[in-house]
Amino acid sequence: MATNNTQVAGRESAIATPQQRARASESAIRAPVDIFENSDSLVLTADMPGVSKDRLDVRVDGTTLVVQGSVQFDLPEKAEALHADVRAAVYRRSFVLSRELDTEKIQANLKDGVLTVQIPKRAALRPRKIEVQGP
Amino acid sequence: MFGRFTSSQNSLLDEFWRLQQEMDEMLGDGPFSSGGIRSLPRGSFPAINVIQTAEEVQVFLFAPGLDPKKLDVSIQQGLLTISGQRQIDVDDKSTYYRQERFAGDFRRAISLGEDVDAERVTATYRDGIVQIKLHRRESAKPRQIEIH
Repeated sequence: MATNNTQVAGRESAIATPQQRARASESAIRAPVDIFENSDSLVLTADMPGVSKDRLDVRVDGTTLVVQGSVQFDLPEKAEALHADVRAAVYRRSFVLSRELDTEKIQANLKDGVLTVQIPKRAALRPRKIEVQGP
Repeated sequence: MFGRFTSSQNSLLDEFWRLQQEMDEMLGDGPFSSGGIRSLPRGSFPAINVIQTAEEVQVFLFAPGLDPKKLDVSIQQGLLTISGQRQIDVDDKSTYYRQERFAGDFRRAISLGEDVDAERVTATYRDGIVQIKLHRRESAKPRQIEIH
């Protein structure tokens, strides 16, 4: 079972510099994410359709996990838009990590436009099962 | 759209913006609103973009993590219909903090106009995007009329 004392996943961080903030609010898509926690890690899954591995950037900046990627399209010349649900080329999300997470051992995997980031908890901080002695 | 931003690509993006604004205006709550009868609120799954050139219409379905074989795409009289199911396994031994990703059955329809040729369609799936290319019928292409 998951521990109770984690405020890890909730808070979304502000973006570092004013320039970055301006750029992000201008054109970034807020990729929808699922975040869950099990006994040994925190797992983040993000929908980023159109992003290939070489256009994906997952990094930890201080205590902030930043996930971003850009969409690549091969469009014909002289194309005209008829309908557009998606109007930006960049996905971006960031989250503040808490101290019990081991940022050195983060693993990321991208498949069919779905990014999975696995953030393990530090071994010493994983919940331990305590045996209850009875009569 | 969206990756390699040359100036022509930027103008295409501007075009998207302009179009969307017009659509937002049309879809307003006013008594004279006249949005497409099949249009759905923003954020529907899968998101759809459509572009056209003189020769073809291209549809982009933003459908990450789907098995394209389980996606049902059909076209009839210029109406493109997409339906399917996106299954996301939920681990009930875990604690969930956010569940923003779409899960479940979906169905969307979008009118591409009468002039698309339903016989000449190709579809590919890459990085979570289904790209459907439809040719336009010869008769529908703009024709240069020579004046003698």
